[in-house]
Amino acid sequence: MSFETTLLRLEEIAASLDRDDLPLEQALKLFEEGIGKLREASAALAEAEGKVQTLVEQAEGVFEVRE
Amino acid sequence: MATGIPGETAAGAIAVSEITEAAKAIIEGAFPRLWVKGEVSNLTKHRNGHWYFTLRDTVAQLACVVWARDTRRIPAVPNEGMAVMARGQLTVYPAQGKMQFTVDALEAEGEGLWKKAFDETKARLDKDGLTDPARKRPLPRFPRNVAVITSPDGAALRDIIAVIGRRNPGVSITVIPAAVQGETAPDSLLAALDRLGRWGGADVLIIGRGGGSREDLWAFNHEAVARAIAACAVPTISAVGHETDVTIADLVADVRAATPSVAAETAVPVLAELQAALRALGGSMSDALQDRIRHGARELRRRAEGLSLRARRATERRRARLQQVAGRLDALSPLAVLGRGFAVARSVDGQALPRVGAFSVGSAFDLLLQDGRVRALTESLHGDGPHLRADLPPHPRRDE
Repeated sequence: MSFETTLLRLEEIAASLDRDDLPLEQALKLFEEGIGKLREASAALAEAEGKVQTLVEQAEGVFEVRE
Repeated sequence: MATGIPGETAAGAIAVSEITEAAKAIIEGAFPRLWVKGEVSNLTKHRNGHWYFTLRDTVAQLACVVWARDTRRIPAVPNEGMAVMARGQLTVYPAQGKMQFTVDALEAEGEGLWKKAFDETKARLDKDGLTDPARKRPLPRFPRNVAVITSPDGAALRDIIAVIGRRNPGVSITVIPAAVQGETAPDSLLAALDRLGRWGGADVLIIGRGGGSREDLWAFNHEAVARAIAACAVPTISAVGHETDVTIADLVADVRAATPSVAAETAVPVLAELQAALRALGGSMSDALQDRIRHGARELRRRAEGLSLRARRATERRRARLQQVAGRLDALSPLAVLGRGFAVARSVDGQALPRVGAFSVGSAFDLLLQDGRVRALTESLHGDGPHLRADLPPHPRRDE
């Protein structure tokens, strides 16, 4: 799941939790899912290490990224 | 025959081609490449790509030609009557014996030709819906890899790398080098866009260059480049020149950034802000859940209270009814009569003996009193008179 989708799902969960008509049991389940997604998203933010590279085309249609 | 000046005598006449060639050489030698101004008329585009037109003012006219290879540098075909400056070489066209101006650059007064070219290209893109704001795509909120198509040694690239590195060092930048000015720029940009598409590793594209003259930026007004940007598989940010430079590329890109630095800011959110947003989301989730739990607990308490209140009321109602019934029962109970000192006769097997006729002499019966039972024997029967004579005292149970 991409960061985008994770974030969207998180926002959806937060919005659902705000609803008063949500059964408590379901609220707990959603919260649990939300915490999982939150961890995923935070990890995704932490893990990446950016590089500056140049896209080089080798033979026909073969690409190489050089730092 | 003495040789005089060529053409001096009929006998020494020179050929047409010689004289026109000579005139050509003299005119070309006399005039360097120069700018001529006038109004364009009768412009025709020949099949072989050359343009022919006449430059005129109120009293004179000059036949002009633009060779096909030079037309590419001219942004648009000038309108009839348009006031232009043409740069070229004055010469003679021997085949027609005409003086001719060979034009290699053409500029209109003011913005003329550039504006015309811009407007024409824009109109064609408009017609195909490529500039429609409705087709603009949102940028990814968290790009991992930003592709940059620009000159590999321009200030634009340095700015983009610096800004992205500062905002989020976790984001990768992939440079796809391209020429961004000069005649090769459109093809170079097209090739870079094609490479990006076939590579497919980027989340968002920044395409652009730093500031420059209108001619320098012209590749970004190129129709094919604009169409390739519009067709790009990932969302695009155009960043060409300065704030005031608007190019065709800006019109078809998903987002137009005023400068390359702004493009980098637009593409990449600040890491710390993303982290804060995540924390806020987590916080609002727990808040919502706690609210939900508190709300649930409150509901539960309210219902429990309601329940016990109702139970209490129901018990009280029943107790009241019970007391009422008990009171009535008490009032009606034969025991109450016994309580007042009367006795009731009953057969040994429990049958009521309400009349004298129910007794037989010698048989046993029971007398029920308020505190117990007395077994008795029937001695004699007296069926006469009222059941109880007024002077008879109640049954003397205490003496028995």
